[in-house]
Amino acid sequence: MNAIADGDARVRFDDVHLSVRGRSIFRGLSCRFPRGKVTVILGGSGAGKSTLLRSIGGLVRPQRGVITVAGVEVSRLPEHDLFEVRQRIGMLFQHGALLDSMSVFDNVALPLREHTDLVEADVAAEVERRLTAVGLPGTGALFPRELSGGMLRRAALARAIVADPEIVLCDEPFSGLDPINVRRIEKLFGTLNRQLGLTFLITSHHIPSSLRMADQIVFLLDGAAIAGTPAELRHHGDARVSGFFAAELDAEAANGDAA
Amino acid sequence: MNPIQDLGLRTVSLIAHLGRLTAFVVQIGRNTVRPPWRMQRLIDEIYDVGVLSLAIVCLSGATVGAVLGLQGYVTLSRFGAEGSLGAVVGLSLVRELGPVLTALLVTGRAGSAMAAEIASMVTTEQLDGLRMMSVDPIDFVVKPKALAMLIAMPMLNALFIVLALFGGYLVGVQLLGVDGGTYVSSMEGSINLEDDIAGTLLKSLIFGALVGMIATYRGYTSEPTSAGVSAATTGTVVTGSVAILLFDYVITALWGV
Repeated sequence: MNAIADGDARVRFDDVHLSVRGRSIFRGLSCRFPRGKVTVILGGSGAGKSTLLRSIGGLVRPQRGVITVAGVEVSRLPEHDLFEVRQRIGMLFQHGALLDSMSVFDNVALPLREHTDLVEADVAAEVERRLTAVGLPGTGALFPRELSGGMLRRAALARAIVADPEIVLCDEPFSGLDPINVRRIEKLFGTLNRQLGLTFLITSHHIPSSLRMADQIVFLLDGAAIAGTPAELRHHGDARVSGFFAAELDAEAANGDAA
Repeated sequence: MNPIQDLGLRTVSLIAHLGRLTAFVVQIGRNTVRPPWRMQRLIDEIYDVGVLSLAIVCLSGATVGAVLGLQGYVTLSRFGAEGSLGAVVGLSLVRELGPVLTALLVTGRAGSAMAAEIASMVTTEQLDGLRMMSVDPIDFVVKPKALAMLIAMPMLNALFIVLALFGGYLVGVQLLGVDGGTYVSSMEGSINLEDDIAGTLLKSLIFGALVGMIATYRGYTSEPTSAGVSAATTGTVVTGSVAILLFDYVITALWGV
């Protein structure tokens, strides 16, 4: 458990137990995600990284324990009441989750059209600004099926941040991106974090970018969380944690050599 | 698990299913009477259900009418009653075949597509994406589709009947030589506006509501896998077709239409 004061925590998990289809994912998970910081969530495959993000949005509910988002307990909130909390959250899904019957422009514009009174010209300007920020200027007329995997995820990121949420949840944002776009998205996260004070929760297997970006790392292990700064976790006493970093960095280095 | 336990489990599962379906329908109903109305999405869905079903409905209607004209003529001519061909074709189409066959055709074409589309949105997390944008998927996706089915079904039914009457006329009058005036007047004399036309409208409205509910429910509650998409599609066609035939009997028995 990290030493972040409760008042600073934008998202809190307290003794959360969660099973999905009989498989226990979290067994007493407790952790804090501080306001205005970038937290990277790491862990092996099936450790529950995506489930953690989904439970913050109330898409999955824990059987026991409390999840608090911006001071509101979401774990027991009725679906309709969750909508108010979710307006403070932007979420990038692992595969984008763009509506395939709508153009990229309409997808990105959707949160603005639904929740703001902006006139269409302002919506168009805002959408283009966000698409440019993620490196996709002029792609608004395309449909999701016409985009590559990396472009799809960047368009979805534009949608996640278009309404200026307080908390941004990103599920594997770097997966399938080339190094230039990894840097571009990293830079965008950094800018949004510094200028607007957004709280980022990012799941990733991309250790180099995690180490560069993270103020805090939460490592999921055996249904619980180990939190700390990147330096603390790299040299953590549990060999499964420090070994994870070493193995991933070795793999990155080997990939770099091979390239 | 012994047979008694298995039966109990299936019964409980069926009741739970019906409960979820009822809650789902209530939610659609509640969302229908309150804003936002999303007219453009409704128009788009009516296009998908109605306009894209035109070809199959028109072709089937004309063919069914032609077959009815042929069969009716062969049967009626045994009793020297060919003059009643218009009444037989008209009544059987308006009261029974029109609404039932249109509903079965639309279930196969548009209902299955509707279920598959929603189920694939479940699989690709598009509905979760809407929820995370504080957009109710029932409101944004399900309601326009269910309403479109309700609105398009009576129109498609009317078109089916008109094309079938034309098909019957072509075969009966142009091909087999029944007098055109007799064909039309026997049809006019036998079809009652209040009972028959209102009846066919009632049936097609009920079938439209049924198919809309079943297709959207099967898609919305599908498993997020490719097998789930397939099960939702098949389930819609099977459940929808059986429900149409069952309700057809119930409506006919209750209201005599």
